[in-house]
Amino acid sequence: MTAQSGAAFGRFGLRGGSNMKAIEFCGVSFRYDEESPFAIHKLDFSVEEGEFVAVLGHNGSGKSTLARLSNGLLEADEGEIRVFGTQIARKNLYDVRKNVGVVFQNPDNQTVATIVEDDVAFGAENLGLAREEIGERIRFALQAVGMQQYRTAAVARLSGGQKQRVAIAGVLALKPRAVILDEATAMLDPRGRREIVEVVSRLNREEKITVIMITHFMEEALLADRAVVMNRGEIVMQGAPADIFERQEELITYNLAMPRIGYICNRLRAGGLPVANTLDSETLAEEIARCVS
Amino acid sequence: MKDVSFGQYYPADSFLHRLDPRVKLLFLIAFIVVIFVATNFYGLAVCAAVLIAIILFSRVPVGKVLRSVRGIVFLLLFTAALNVLFHKGDTVYYQKGIICISLEGIIFSVFLALRLVLLVLCSSMLTYTTTPVALTDGVESLLTPLKWIFVPVHALALIMSIALRFIPTLTEETERIKNAQLARGANFESRNLIKKIGAVIPILVPLLLSALRKADELGDAMEARCYTSGVKRTKYKKLTLTWRDLVAVLVCAALIAGVVLTRVFLGAPY
Repeated sequence: MTAQSGAAFGRFGLRGGSNMKAIEFCGVSFRYDEESPFAIHKLDFSVEEGEFVAVLGHNGSGKSTLARLSNGLLEADEGEIRVFGTQIARKNLYDVRKNVGVVFQNPDNQTVATIVEDDVAFGAENLGLAREEIGERIRFALQAVGMQQYRTAAVARLSGGQKQRVAIAGVLALKPRAVILDEATAMLDPRGRREIVEVVSRLNREEKITVIMITHFMEEALLADRAVVMNRGEIVMQGAPADIFERQEELITYNLAMPRIGYICNRLRAGGLPVANTLDSETLAEEIARCVS
Repeated sequence: MKDVSFGQYYPADSFLHRLDPRVKLLFLIAFIVVIFVATNFYGLAVCAAVLIAIILFSRVPVGKVLRSVRGIVFLLLFTAALNVLFHKGDTVYYQKGIICISLEGIIFSVFLALRLVLLVLCSSMLTYTTTPVALTDGVESLLTPLKWIFVPVHALALIMSIALRFIPTLTEETERIKNAQLARGANFESRNLIKKIGAVIPILVPLLLSALRKADELGDAMEARCYTSGVKRTKYKKLTLTWRDLVAVLVCAALIAGVVLTRVFLGAPY
């Protein structure tokens, strides 16, 4: 992050810092229709403002439903959902969505306009802002995702990772206090995935934007403050990512694959090399060097 | 299928790209009317001269512009053939039954073909030099008076821009489905017309389903970005007229005057 873009963030006053809960689920249940099982079942879950939470789970574990409920795209059958202290109701959806932005899986299906800046402007236009303010927000949002040089480019010509960064910029233009990424990296190649993870962790670190990253790639959870594992609409594990990844057998029962580094660690220990647990390749290299010498 | 050049924006920075979309739209309408006002080749020559100037000032490669005519080649040949065969004239070369090939018929068919070509070229110049967003902004602005009779002008404009924006996405999707069906043994090469039409169904059905799914997801993404119909939105790109638009209006006036003069003073048809 350059000093210049840091200034841009500061100017928009996105810094949080209070101890308010960004998102709070109290006994929430939801199902898509009467016959189907609950997608979310009696869920109690909360995210502090400024926190970076990774939500892990296999397909159908209810993690995407969680994103849609948090933004008011779905309405809970039971229980209460509060966003920055306000309970979600039909009449305040507009305010809820201003505070909680969602980035979806397929970048092609969330782009409204052909040109990058027009697409980023869409949300800000919906808020009824003045032209100058929209221009400022486009500049800020594109800078935040490192796409300022593509401002007038055609979205169709960008790579998957770049398109998804534009989608994030489109959400940032609303100046949300929390951003939910609903499997936003699922359709990207490894490079695109890395780009997105870097952008959101930077937004969280430097701007204190609350980030909820829903994913089934466990490596992506590494940068998070907290990892939450979901299964059949319930939270089954939560804690620091490194601690979660140590409980390998348990993870396998929830159909989640271990990150490769963690797997190598475990195999090395089983093979008699007493390396400490880590999920970072460089630390592992140092550990191996230590053990061997 | 990849060659859907019609309706595609060509990014460049030119006099034409910078014109107000409303002016371009009105210019196109005037151009179309004028093409039909012209009753002789002099009139069409005036139109063609203006069009050539437009193409040169647009910085769109000429090859790309001409490609837009490719889509109507069949229509051109078909109407030309009909006119050559059935148009009655004085200088008859061949006559049998209702078929009558005459000098006037040939001239008339050339005249009509030229009209069609000019029409298509001018329309594609509009879409080459105007982004879909600018185009819909222009349409929306021109249709504003309809808001008074409760026509949802903004929603219509948004529908139009999203439709244009999805052309490349759905083209890609079609290609993907086609390949998937080929891999499953579908035959798209048959020369039999019935079979050929039948072969489209395995492409159309998945394409429709995928388009509906895309629409659903786009709807969610738009709602998540605070879009609600009926709420007053603002516009980032405000349409403003500049000296360029004045030039365009003057050119348009000259075009109309030129064609009307050729019609009045050089009246002889064709």
